Amino acid sequence: MNGNSLQYPAAAITILLVEDNPGDVRLTQEALKDGKLAVNLRVVQNGVEAMAFLRREGEYADVPRPDLIFLDLNLPKKDGREVLAEIKSNDGLKNIPVVVLTSSEADTDIAKCYNLHANCYITKPVDMEQFATVVQTIENFWFTIVKLPEEE
Amino acid sequence: MGEKKTEVLLIEDNPGDRRLIREAFDDGKMAVNLHTAQDGVEAVVFLRREGRYADAPRPDLIILDLNLPKKNGHEVLAEIKADEQLKRIPVVVLTSSEADTDIAKCYNLHANCYIAKPVDLEQFSAVVQTIENFWFTTVKLPKGE
Repeated sequence: MNGNSLQYPAAAITILLVEDNPGDVRLTQEALKDGKLAVNLRVVQNGVEAMAFLRREGEYADVPRPDLIFLDLNLPKKDGREVLAEIKSNDGLKNIPVVVLTSSEADTDIAKCYNLHANCYITKPVDMEQFATVVQTIENFWFTIVKLPEEE
Repeated sequence: MGEKKTEVLLIEDNPGDRRLIREAFDDGKMAVNLHTAQDGVEAVVFLRREGRYADAPRPDLIILDLNLPKKNGHEVLAEIKADEQLKRIPVVVLTSSEADTDIAKCYNLHANCYIAKPVDLEQFSAVVQTIENFWFTTVKLPKGE
């Protein structure tokens, strides 16, 4: 389907990053590149695109099912809370772990996300090095300690 | 001093595993108040603060085994995640089962994460401490009630 240079090893992990801030996208990409695992990182910039990706609609017909989702909360078009609610009430998608990664430290956001069955809620550190450390900690926890569900 | 301890409810019927988990928390970095329930019925009574658990604290995190007497871990998980008051409490499934059906079922029931118990004792403690560090240092937990 793709040229050789775009093929990922069969065992590569796919993470869907739902994030509208280009700076945070870049920091996440770099942190995962420096991490221990081979990650196929896919990025979408708003909530509508996130749902199209997950439902494999339109240009996303051939995308892989992500093993993990990183979800920002404040997103254009459809916000992260709505995306989370849709994923966690969809029988085909609900078993994909969702890590909420946001700058919001509001107790109401934290409570709401856990009520909507976010798998965990993490605030973005302002410091760039700490940001990278947090991304790598998430990667190590979810892909070396945790057992993830098999695809579909 | 005066710092609030982190409350963890461990739902585990195997005394050896309870002891290993307690020791791993004792050796860990955080001050953890570890409460234990030995079967699924006791776990739900603790969480609903019924009977002798009327004064039990609300746990910040639940560690749940799957194969439990009286009421199994899947049922306990389903009850927690369908209860408006309890569903926000993160549940870490920690079990010896590596069956794909158990893994899929737990995520479908909204387990926050699923971890298989390592057989090796040192690895077991390392995993418990990794759970502690991840959930109490990296993650933001919901405030009580």
